[in-house]
Amino acid sequence: MTPAVEILRVERRFGTVQALAGVDLVVGPGEFFGLLGPNGAGKTTLISILAGLTRADAGTARVLGHDVVDDYRSARRLLGVVPQELVFDPFFTVRETLEIQAGYFGLRNSDDWIDELLHHLDLTARAHSNMRALSGGMKRRVLVGQALVHKPPVIVLDEPTAGVDVELRQSLWAFIRKLNADGHTIILTTHYLEEAEALCGRIAMLKAGRIVALDTKQNLLSSFAGLTVRLTADSLPEDWQPRILRRDEQSYVLSLSNYAELERLLATLRAHEIAVTELSLQEADLEQVFLRIMARAH
Amino acid sequence: MNPAFGSGWLTLLYKELLRFWKVSFQTILAPVLTALLYLLIFSHVLEAHVSVFDGRVRYTAFLIPGLVMMSVLQNAFANSSSSMIQSKITGNLIFVLLPPLSPLDMYAAYVLGAMVRGVAVGAGVLAVTVWFAPLSLEHPLWALIFALLGSAILGTLGLIAGIWADKFDQLAAFQNFLIMPLTFLSGVFYSIHTLPPFWQALSRFNPFFYMIDGFRYGFFGLSDIAPEVSLAIVAAACLVLTGLTLLILQRGYKLRH
Repeated sequence: MTPAVEILRVERRFGTVQALAGVDLVVGPGEFFGLLGPNGAGKTTLISILAGLTRADAGTARVLGHDVVDDYRSARRLLGVVPQELVFDPFFTVRETLEIQAGYFGLRNSDDWIDELLHHLDLTARAHSNMRALSGGMKRRVLVGQALVHKPPVIVLDEPTAGVDVELRQSLWAFIRKLNADGHTIILTTHYLEEAEALCGRIAMLKAGRIVALDTKQNLLSSFAGLTVRLTADSLPEDWQPRILRRDEQSYVLSLSNYAELERLLATLRAHEIAVTELSLQEADLEQVFLRIMARAH
Repeated sequence: MNPAFGSGWLTLLYKELLRFWKVSFQTILAPVLTALLYLLIFSHVLEAHVSVFDGRVRYTAFLIPGLVMMSVLQNAFANSSSSMIQSKITGNLIFVLLPPLSPLDMYAAYVLGAMVRGVAVGAGVLAVTVWFAPLSLEHPLWALIFALLGSAILGTLGLIAGIWADKFDQLAAFQNFLIMPLTFLSGVFYSIHTLPPFWQALSRFNPFFYMIDGFRYGFFGLSDIAPEVSLAIVAAACLVLTGLTLLILQRGYKLRH
């Protein structure tokens, strides 16, 4: 089956900065894929290369088998991109903006789909408002609408919920989930790691232009699985000192592999007659996995 | 090509037209008023003092086609250059760069949009100035060809300037130090035969001179240079600039990093 997105040995340098240093990435059709990384990791550069906004120094990128340089017309028709920056054309209304964007893709008479987009993005009441009159969150939703107006099978969302309030964020994700369920491939970059954890099936983590982790969400979580334990006690046996993540007064925050290790810890404390006055557990989440991967990647 | 998709360049053209139409007081009426003021002042001051085409044409009548063409050229340049640099600086150019528009699509839309505005302003200037002097239209097709080619050239130059400039200041420099002098020193207000030999010779290196002289030929059947020569020079300039702009768009200079 043709991959939705195929990126092979892509490199890009800006002056002295190696933004991408040989990235390989394949995203299957219908995936909800997360692209995570700190600022400057190369996420937006990678998306820009896919969208034809930036040219790679080396390597190739394809959308559903169409090269983004040699066969750019087909590649761009198959791709919808929600850009990170909150940009808009101040001359036009919301509806005009969507109609014009549809027209750029050669689509005529897309009124029904634009009505549906306006409804899902909760913009129907503002359809005839000038873009300048919209709040930041509304402008962000128009950007999403512009990316979807030509019904692309592959949708890239670059920080789509920045500045969008919680309620609208939920409705936006419900809509994106529906698109994914309908067969659209979704590639998401976000700084809200809980969003990536809730939505994405597979995740790639970028750092300094390299992919430092690429796996299913479950594998990432289990490979870095573990428990974070906070306990309050007078002291901690010497053997367990290396497992301390943080220490505040008489509270220790420890990183453990699993529940069996927790049982061994408690047994050791009993053997040393150390009283535990308080204990709480936290399972590994994507944020912890992310922080650990970023910390160990050089 | 997927039959569900047509070409998007017509929409980009429509957007360019809608963009200036929404602010037509600024983009159409204001330049018409400016040209009218030029006519009133220059004709009042110079009508009795300047003889053109050996006195066969009144100065005010001579001035009208010059002002019309100057308005065509300046507004064609202003349209494509301001549209491009505004889109670049505000970042909304991304909406044009993401769709499957080819370099030729972009070129055609931006330049045709500029031509429509230039010709619309020129028509407006003609409509308000034609009442001030008897004006013939000996060769309308020649006038039309020079208006179209001239607006295409300035629309193309505007596109190049808009792509090249990173800030409004640079675009203003392009406009004030290149376009404006070339326009004012092109024979809008005088026949080059009234100039000293050195300035006459220098005028022949100004491509805008051929646009205005050829356009004026369409009205009076008289010109400083044979209209066929002017047409050849203007058409060649248009072709060269078109080729250069397509190359710039193809390479994504300052548009795609």
